[in-house]
Amino acid sequence: MTDIVNAPKPASRRQPAVAPLLNVLRFLLRSPTSAFGLAVITLLVLLAIFAPLLATHDPYVQNLNNVLQPPGGNHLFGTDELGRDIFSRLLHGTRITLNIIFLVTITVGPIGLAVGTIAGYLGGIFDTILMRITDIFLSFPGLILALAFVAALGPSLNNAIIAIALTSWPPIARLARAETLTFRSSDYIAAARLQGASPFRIIMHSIVPMCLPSVMIRLTLNMATVILTAAGLGFLGLGAQPPMPEWGAMIATGRRYMLDSWWLVTFPGVSILLVSLAFNLLGDGLRDALDPKQMNRR
Amino acid sequence: MTISTGNASPRPVGLGSFLRPGGRVRSLGGQVVSILVTLFGLLVLTFVIGRMMPADPVRAIVGEDATQDTYRMVYERLGLDRPIWEQFFRYLGDVVTGNFGVAIRTGQPVISDILHVMPATIELATFAIVIGAGLGIPLGVIAAVNRDKLADNVIRVFSLLGHSMPIFWTGMIGLIIFYASLGWVGGSGRMSSFYIGLVRGPTGFLLIDSLIAGEWDVFWSALNHLILPASLLGYSSSAYITRMTRSFMLDQLNQEYVTTARVKGLSRHDTIWKHAFVNIRVQLVTIVALSYGGLLEGAVLIETVFAWPGFGQYLTNNLLIGDMNAVMTCVLIVGVIFIGLNVLSDVLYRVFDPRTR
Repeated sequence: MTDIVNAPKPASRRQPAVAPLLNVLRFLLRSPTSAFGLAVITLLVLLAIFAPLLATHDPYVQNLNNVLQPPGGNHLFGTDELGRDIFSRLLHGTRITLNIIFLVTITVGPIGLAVGTIAGYLGGIFDTILMRITDIFLSFPGLILALAFVAALGPSLNNAIIAIALTSWPPIARLARAETLTFRSSDYIAAARLQGASPFRIIMHSIVPMCLPSVMIRLTLNMATVILTAAGLGFLGLGAQPPMPEWGAMIATGRRYMLDSWWLVTFPGVSILLVSLAFNLLGDGLRDALDPKQMNRR
Repeated sequence: MTISTGNASPRPVGLGSFLRPGGRVRSLGGQVVSILVTLFGLLVLTFVIGRMMPADPVRAIVGEDATQDTYRMVYERLGLDRPIWEQFFRYLGDVVTGNFGVAIRTGQPVISDILHVMPATIELATFAIVIGAGLGIPLGVIAAVNRDKLADNVIRVFSLLGHSMPIFWTGMIGLIIFYASLGWVGGSGRMSSFYIGLVRGPTGFLLIDSLIAGEWDVFWSALNHLILPASLLGYSSSAYITRMTRSFMLDQLNQEYVTTARVKGLSRHDTIWKHAFVNIRVQLVTIVALSYGGLLEGAVLIETVFAWPGFGQYLTNNLLIGDMNAVMTCVLIVGVIFIGLNVLSDVLYRVFDPRTR
């Protein structure tokens, strides 16, 4: 009796959940490419947190006596057409980038999961209608549809985020549905159903957790696309508006000066490229780490 | 060793599968119905987006300082005083009869504007897809053959780089390096401004028209202006083509006929190119067709950077002045092109793959 009571317990209720995560992390760090991706993203998060401390200048303060200064000296990456420090603007831009990724992901994940699992589990007329809607959204390239939404809503950063979210849930829904179909007729689902669990409960407790790994990989890979679409909208003047230090918008204003002052467009562009590459590399690594089907094939 | 059932190569997934929910093989009639339903949905979506806007469509036409009466007149002429379902059926009727309205900016019917700018984009996209496929397919095969070796990793990073770059930015960097510094290529536009208006050809494709007219200078100028944006677009589309080629090729190389071919003494080169590659050709055609549609997305951005007078620039110009009618027509056309390419790739599949007959 006392043995059972004194048996070693998990350090916390969370431990069983944390252990597999650590395994995944170990796997990711073994591959140089995904380790690079992880490092860049960690750096991005740290820079965003400490942006006000690290920035050498105020990102919004103009200094018209000091415009278009080349990199070096007092200004690490030079100054823009209004004399603002580009390095500090890039640093503050990390917050906007992370904000976009975060908001889009927390919207797209649940919508995609809900549509996909409901269509897959309930089947029949629900499946037909939900998947038909998904197909219609999929028949546009993401950027074009996002353009249409922003045009309708009016150009602003928030509307760009809404537009991107509205256009990037369908692939997630398709994926969740495909996953659901593979679990739908398994014994554990039948067992849950025989115990009298409602469809809602089965979807929430038995199907959604099984779909999560592949949905998370897809969301990570999706983040690269989100960054590129947001930057593209910013570049076209339909996303973040000046004077916001959003990277795509910075490139758009720098475009007029690009032949003489290359640093205006180069540094924001390199930032976008690095971050989107990092998410692509991480997503690629996650797919290898979490997807057993892929593992067998390799 | 397990006995392979052979021929288990999957149909390509992704955009191509969207007309076949659940992967069921559908009858031709079922497919026609499915396409019609998707087209109808497309119209509903463009209609809803068009009406959702806070921007005032009447103001866009009459301007800021129009009188109340003018405003009222245009408002009623647009049918905005009618119930929403009636407006929708009017829209449906207009689309079916090919009446897409007049663009505010040009004063021309939207559809003739689009037909006018489309050749420039098709020229750009066609060059880009040739470059993308020419780059992506060999790289994908090399990556699959050297799986997990150095070449595979280098190709993976190279293609992910193409997938990760913001194409509007790469376009500018390309202009700074190859146009401003090195002077190797032409700058923005389809040709040097010197030649504009010299060739007015029957097709609208500048390269073909200048050849017909025998204007070699124009031809070279056009090629010179085309090569940079087309290469960048092609590189960005090669990422997807490389990845899919690699994965199709791996499926083939894992099958037993490959081992058999090697055991019977066939060279490595012939096994790869005359056996395995032959089997993935049909799948590749599908992927390339879908990538061609995806280029429209990159075209919107790259045309803005290169002042390329094509579909993408037409779309953004109308966006910026808030001409929703023109914008939604453009969006509708992109959707139709996408559906068309999907149907085309499906048809190609049926024609070339004996297993689907």
